[in-house]
Order: sequence, then structure tokens, then C-alpha cells
Amino acid sequence: MSDYLVQFNNISKFFGKVIALKDVTMKLKRGQIMCLLGDNGAGKSTLIKTLAGVHKPDEGEIIVEGKKTIFDSPKDALDMGIATVYQDLALVSLMSVTRNFFMGREPMKGPPFFKTFDIEKANKIAAERMGQIGIDVRDPSQAVGTMSGGERQCLAISRAIYFGAKVLVLDEPTSALGVHQASVVLKYIVKAASQGLAVILITHNVHHAYPVGNSFTVLNRGKSLGTYEKKDISREKLLSMMAGGEELNKLEVELQEMNRSSAN
Amino acid sequence: MSTKSKSIETKTDFNQDERLKKVSKLRLLLNRPELGALGGAILVFIFFGIVAGDTGMFSAYGVLNFLDVSANLGIIAIAAAMLMIGGEFDLSIGSMIGFAGICIAIPAIYWGWPLWMSIIFAFSMAVLVGYFNGILVVRTGLPSFIVTLAMLFILRGATLAITRLITGRTQVPGLRVLIEDDPLAWIFATDTFKWFFTWLGSMNLIALRTDGTPLATGIPPSVIWFLALAIITTWILMKTRYGNWIFASGGDKNGANNVGVPVGRVKISLFIGTAVAATIFATIQVLDAGSADTMRGTLKELEAIAAAVVGGCLLTGGYGSAIGAAFGALIFGTVSMGIFYTDVDTDWFKVFLGAMMLIAVIFNNYIRRKVTESK
Repeated sequence: MSDYLVQFNNISKFFGKVIALKDVTMKLKRGQIMCLLGDNGAGKSTLIKTLAGVHKPDEGEIIVEGKKTIFDSPKDALDMGIATVYQDLALVSLMSVTRNFFMGREPMKGPPFFKTFDIEKANKIAAERMGQIGIDVRDPSQAVGTMSGGERQCLAISRAIYFGAKVLVLDEPTSALGVHQASVVLKYIVKAASQGLAVILITHNVHHAYPVGNSFTVLNRGKSLGTYEKKDISREKLLSMMAGGEELNKLEVELQEMNRSSAN
Repeated sequence: MSTKSKSIETKTDFNQDERLKKVSKLRLLLNRPELGALGGAILVFIFFGIVAGDTGMFSAYGVLNFLDVSANLGIIAIAAAMLMIGGEFDLSIGSMIGFAGICIAIPAIYWGWPLWMSIIFAFSMAVLVGYFNGILVVRTGLPSFIVTLAMLFILRGATLAITRLITGRTQVPGLRVLIEDDPLAWIFATDTFKWFFTWLGSMNLIALRTDGTPLATGIPPSVIWFLALAIITTWILMKTRYGNWIFASGGDKNGANNVGVPVGRVKISLFIGTAVAATIFATIQVLDAGSADTMRGTLKELEAIAAAVVGGCLLTGGYGSAIGAAFGALIFGTVSMGIFYTDVDTDWFKVFLGAMMLIAVIFNNYIRRKVTESK
């Protein structure tokens, strides 16, 4: 029907009188990274929660692999292969890497009624998966609290992919990271996309988004300012759109005119 | 770049990882939550071995005595520890003990129910109370400290009021005659391995009464329950999916929810666990004493939490062990009984309990910092 993996058409979300989102449209193909840019209060959080199935959109439709769907719960979204990695990562720092990796979806072994958590298998898979992205977990039974921020981010993403994500929704994956760590995470995101996943990268950092994104959607006050292919837009243009650059330009012009009239 | 990729290639053998500092067995052990309690228990035994070694404390009778006290506390401490790992408190354990006691005694004595039916009734009530505690905490999002503190007063008050209303008193005696031939009561009231103690007695290895029967008649039921619970809960925590969910629910309930852990259900089941453990405690004690007392179990909730904390549970949840709580209970039970064999005034026991808990909290806090230390 269409070659889009997932489409969000004209999504609107209202909270009482407040229009949190209005007519936001996003379409993603496999292997694409779409960056969702917006300043604070632009409606990013609401959009993420709508994508993740936490909120139901009041208007618009969600189409996954050509089929129109409604997410009643986060689980529905997850079952359709849309995995959201929130800023808090859903990692428990006191628990081991393995126990975190398989949290809620533990591999089991043994006869019925005496099924046990297959910790050896889990350890092996966790170490293997982390190894594939170049993070060497020295001991998968070490607490996640001992890992760096970038490693935790990669663990959360790697977990989502392992459990069958087709669309990754990443909420500010680089915001708390230093330059090096951020580049490690971004590299991993590109690699994930190259394996056929669609990625929605939510960020307010154009410098992180621009190098990795294929297309860019700018959100401002709940509305989409449009989606641009990378070739159609420059980093500077994006930046000024995001920061409400037009408004600032207007302000500058007005100030100049005021100066001129007062000088006269 | 080349050096980096090379280092990844050689990373296949974990033992040869140059970034993996050699960790001694001792250091690994230090990361276990129950270590402090284990060490504490050993110290306590060494102490009493020296101070009270030649008294009756370590005779068969003396050992069973302090094991019985430890085991009773241990039964509720283990359940309290499980709940604490799951991130919640239950302050209504002590009141539940009193309530469960009269749930057994009043139907059996005043309504003419068979004892087994009263026991099942008490356990059903426990499930209800636990479920109510759990659903309140999960649904309202209020701190379990407050919710179960309210339940502490409600249950204790209801126990008193109902008992006085029906019986006109605050104690219900007369259960002992009902235990014999009851199809269920023996699970909570039988000393086991009697033959072994009889044999020890006949070999003159343990103290005898004047009639020739051994002073220590068998392993009390509390000890069997305690050991069984310690083994089962440890297995659950370490080896099952549900165990992983308990750690996850206590460690970060939002995170756990987001990856599909049924946090609400886990917490409710743990609240049911503490209420049921309180009822096991109550049933054993009521059948042993032959009577139910409305004040039974007062302050036991705090002792249970203290034992769990000494056993390595963090007050913030997500970390701890059932076996640690068992050791914590063993420490308290041993000291509370052992103190009789020394010249120390027994009034000092509570001082010891408090000091022990304080040391444990400081130690646990240090351990948590170590575990989550960022590199």
C-alpha cells in the first residue's frame, strides 16, 4: 500500500481548552532517522506520549505498516513494534546489567510451574548485545549504576531493539551527555537505522540532530512548522526556526526602526 | 581507532579483559546485601560463646529456645524484607498478628467452627487485609508508611472492639483442647524430629526431665516454617521472573512499568505476603499458647523492619535479601534470649536493637554508594 513503515497523520491532542498538539504529521520509512526538533513547551512530550500510546490522539490517525491502528495502552504500541526510550531510560541503577536488560521480559527455563529465570542465558545475551555496539560490559552482573550515561543510553536502546522494535522513539538521548558520549550514542543510532529500523529522534540540540537525521520536523507551540529533507534545509535555518528565529528577526527590525525614529 | 577495534576483538575472553580488575572472592562477597547480617550473627555467637558458653544457652533446650524466638520474628521479617525490596513498608504487621489471633479463636470457641475452618478464615482475612493495603497504596499513590500506619490503628482497634463485643474480655483461651485430631492445626503446632530428641535423651546426650523424657522435645514448628520461608523467598528473589519484578518495582517503579513489569500486582502480592506471614506467626503462637490475646504482636512490625534493615534491605527499596532478614532475625532472637544467660540486665536489649539497626543503616548506605558508584 505504501512504503512507509509508520505514519502519524494530522495528530491533534487537547487537554481541556489547551491545544497541546495540532495537525502534526510524520511519516517514516525503514532505515530513516527523523529528528523532531522543538524548544521547551513545543509539545514534544505530548507527542512522544501519543506515539508511545500513553495518550490517545483526539484527532488524526496512526498507520503502522499500512494498517490503521489505535493504541489503547503503551503495551499496544510496544506490540506493534513502536518502542519508546524515555529520558529516564527505565533502568534501575541498583540492578545488574542483565536484570535490567531483561526486566519484565525474562527468559525462562524449566518445567511448567517451576520455571526459573534463565540467568546464564540472559547474562550471555546481554554481554553479547552490548559487545556488538562496542560496549564491553566487563561483568553483566555488575550494577547499572556503575555504567556511564552513554552506556546506559545504549543499553536502553539495545534492549528495545533486542525485543523487536521496528520504530524507535528516542526522547532526548543525548541531552545529559558529554560530547564524546553523545557521539557514541549517535553513532549507535545511525547503525540501528542502517539495520532497517525507523528512528524518531526527539531533541532540542540541532548540532546533534543535523549530522544523523534524514529529515527534520520542527515543532513550535503544538504545531508542526513543516518537515524538511536534509538537502532542503541548512543547520542554521533549522536553528533559527526552532528558536523562533523569525520572531527574533522581527523584533530586531522593530528595534532598529524605534532607534531610527528616536534619532530623527 | 585501530587500537580500539583491536581491543574489542580481543575482548572475547572475559577472563583476559585488561580492563577487568581482578576482583577477589572477598570483594564479590562484600557486594552481597546479607553480608553485614551474616557477620553480625557470627559475632553474636562468638560473643555468647565466650560470655555464656558454660551456661545452658547452648544446650539443646537453650538452642531451640533462641531459635524459636528468632524463627517467629524471622517469619515476619522475611515477608517485611520482600515488601521493602519491592519498595514499600507494612506497619500493620503487628496489628495483623493480633487480628489473625482472634479470627482463629472467636469462631473456634464462640461460634463452634472446627479449628481448621477458623484457621482458613484467618488466612482469608489476611489476604483481604493485604489486598486492601496494597490496592490503597497502588491506587492512591500515597506512601505505604501512612496507609499502613492507619491500618495499624484500625486493625488493633477493631481487634479489641470485636473481641470485647463478642466475649466481654480481651483474651480468648481454651484452644488447646481443639488442636488434637484437627486436620490442619498440626502444621502449625507439631514439634518435629521428636524421635531424634528421644534418641539423644536415651543416649544421655541432652538434659532430661525427672520422668526421663528429654527437656527439648523436638524442633518447634516456627523453625520449620522459618527455614522453609527463607529458602522459598530466596529462590523466588534470585531465580524467578517474579523475583526480578520485585527488585524492579522497588528500584524504579516508573521504569519497571514502562518495560512491562506489572508493578501494581507485584506490590499488592507483597502486601498480601506480609499479612499472611503475620497470620502464620499468629497461628503458631495462638496454638502454642492455647489462647488469643488482642495485644499480641504489638510493635512486632518495627522489629520485623529492623531485622530486614539489619539484613541489608534499603529503606528506599530495590535492594536487599530474604536470607539477610533471616540472619537479622537470628541476631535479635539470639541476643534477646542470650541476654538472660549473662549478667547484663535485660533492659539493655532494646538499646542493643536500636544500636544494631543504626549501624546497619550506615553500613547499608555505604554499600549502596559502592554499588552504584559511577566510574
